[in-house]
Amino acid sequence: MSGGPIAVAMSGGVDSSVVAGLLQRQGQRILGLTMQLWNQRRLPELAPAGGVTGRCCSLDDVYDARHVAQHLGIPYYVVNFESGFEEQVVKPFIDDYLSGRTPIPCTLCNNFIKFDQFLDLAEGVGASRIATGHYARIGYDDATGRYQMSRGADQSKDQTYFLFGLKQEQLARTDFPLGSYTKPQVRELARELGLPVAAKPDSQEICFVPNGDYAAFIDAYFRERGIAPEKTQGEILDTEGHVLGEHAGVHHFTVGQRRGLRVAAGEPLYVIATEPASQRVIVGRGQDLLRATLTAKDMNWISIAPPAGPIRAQVKIRNRHAAADATITPIGNDASRVEIQFDEPQRAVTPGQAAVLYDGDLVLGGGWID
Amino acid sequence: MRRFYFDHNATTPVSQSVLDVLVTALLEVPGNASSIHQDGQLAKQYLENARREVALLIGCDPKELVFTSGGTEADNLAILGSVAASPLPHRHIVTTAIEHPAVLNPCRELERSGVSVTYVRPGPDGLIDPDDIRRALRPETVLVSVMHANNETGTVQPIAEIADLARQAGAIVHSDGVQAAGKIPVNVQSLGIDLYSISGHKFYATKGIGALYVKTGTKLRPIQFGGKHERERRPGTENVPCAVAMAKAAAIAHSTLPLETGRLQALRNRLETGILARVPDSGVNGSGPSRTPNTTNIYFDGLEGEALVISLDLKGFAVSSGSACSSGAVEPSHVLLAMGLPSERARASLRFSLGHTNNEEQVDALIDAVAESAAHLRKLSPTYTNA
Repeated sequence: MSGGPIAVAMSGGVDSSVVAGLLQRQGQRILGLTMQLWNQRRLPELAPAGGVTGRCCSLDDVYDARHVAQHLGIPYYVVNFESGFEEQVVKPFIDDYLSGRTPIPCTLCNNFIKFDQFLDLAEGVGASRIATGHYARIGYDDATGRYQMSRGADQSKDQTYFLFGLKQEQLARTDFPLGSYTKPQVRELARELGLPVAAKPDSQEICFVPNGDYAAFIDAYFRERGIAPEKTQGEILDTEGHVLGEHAGVHHFTVGQRRGLRVAAGEPLYVIATEPASQRVIVGRGQDLLRATLTAKDMNWISIAPPAGPIRAQVKIRNRHAAADATITPIGNDASRVEIQFDEPQRAVTPGQAAVLYDGDLVLGGGWID
Repeated sequence: MRRFYFDHNATTPVSQSVLDVLVTALLEVPGNASSIHQDGQLAKQYLENARREVALLIGCDPKELVFTSGGTEADNLAILGSVAASPLPHRHIVTTAIEHPAVLNPCRELERSGVSVTYVRPGPDGLIDPDDIRRALRPETVLVSVMHANNETGTVQPIAEIADLARQAGAIVHSDGVQAAGKIPVNVQSLGIDLYSISGHKFYATKGIGALYVKTGTKLRPIQFGGKHERERRPGTENVPCAVAMAKAAAIAHSTLPLETGRLQALRNRLETGILARVPDSGVNGSGPSRTPNTTNIYFDGLEGEALVISLDLKGFAVSSGSACSSGAVEPSHVLLAMGLPSERARASLRFSLGHTNNEEQVDALIDAVAESAAHLRKLSPTYTNA
């Protein structure tokens, strides 16, 4: 339905509200949709004193999104994706932690909810395309016939690291209107458009995990499901195999982590790896964290076709990592797996995180660190 | 855009004649119905006239009618009030799994304080089997609460039969009649019940007014505490204007019911037949002869009811699906789930409820819109392959 309105994914925050306001100012017909992803009244033990506010899917956020839609005079609906979110984001998130990986739920949500089920729903109700408040840019390369993705103009807000999984057919139906703006400009636009959320603070952390305490979330989820926590407890060992202490669950640890180890040593110790089979956490010195190579799987190629041979790129191995120069060599024929050889060893290569490949601002593609 | 309203089980628009008496009452009857002076007496007169009119709708004595703020309060008063009045040390309630939350949640609240509750499930047709009620009864059963007509499927329950069984067992009988009053003939005496809840805005009166029928002699504790209004059964300054509006709406419903029933039933059947003929893999949930004339609940396999509601709304048709959670998102209907529908089919179901404003032209336009939207959604559906 090419003549339909653009469906704006509205979270109740400043960014997506400005998207709605901007598109409307450009004369587009728009439709506001808020995804109900997680019931914040579940796991009440995690709720901060004073109730649930300022997190995704809280009633306050839905109230704000509805208020903005009303201010703009656009049709608006809340749509229920709770079951899809639990199956395809929350459970894999927990499984990853228990398997010694450090997951990125935002990427799973983008791949399986926002740019999949949500996109389908939006088109189903008559929208021609969707728009979100991500800081990233989408272009089209006539020469190769590919949609391309580049970093948002605001480098400090760039969200391409979380969007590496988007397929061509998803990019073809998506707009990121904020890609060419900086956050201060977006705030200014919000004021200019008279949006009721102009002064609302930015959301932080993982939307369904209060205070960023994902381990407490997993513990609470286990209690709700009746899963015994002992299953994840085990020993802390050094790289030579000496037992240094015990821990309350492998999901409390991620590679490179220093805090919360509670073991005495002459020098700072970091988590080097977690071994889910034995429920062991291996710790070592800072230099033990350095790695020059990694393998990435389930590669998704965006701005270029899957390469036939080695290419050079800058690679980010977590969101707050400065992309580092590397040589990327496809394994097998379709480049769905690659070996990444960094020019300089990188700290804390973490299984479960993504390796995203850049050529300057251009996002070449990305995959999951194995 | 023209808007066509097919959600009369959610609420109904106030009719002009109801609005007229409401405005008159607001302007000309400013007194407090409990005051001694003439202004108060005038308000009291309006209130009691209203009570007589509403009593006629359900066939009770006016003094057996307690005005409340609506259906939810009437249900709460019936359930909490009758259980609180029971002297038994161990108390048990029999209700059903398809009740409105205004009945289910007071029952759950009572469970927290040690009252036991049996939730009887309906058959696949949505009907409660009186035998299942009989089997659920215990010596300590103080209350049996079964809704008269279901809000989502329109199924009308065999209340008289259930009431008979319950009374033989010594239990008080309550029925939530919010979806029945004004839609089908109701006579609380021939139903043989003790308590009956109704709500004004379901039959073209305003929101904020309802009533509970309390059969003379029924033991009922108040659940709110204040002044001595409503024969000490429900405190609070009487809402005379809304009671007057409810009375007017009740009078209209009472007098137009025979004709309107036939008209709505014909429209409902036209809608049902039209949709089933045009949309493959659709069917009626809880179809059966025993239904309110204005309601149909239809499944559309392979699509999300939520998306179909939005799609139809954007085309100007108001219909509903499941029940709204606090954010406004849709949850699958507990009624359809209790009837044994698989969760996918419950999520793929829509309720259409007709009323005064609907006509054949609107119904035909709705059939076209449903057929078009369903086909479009199924084209995009990963789970629908029979196209």
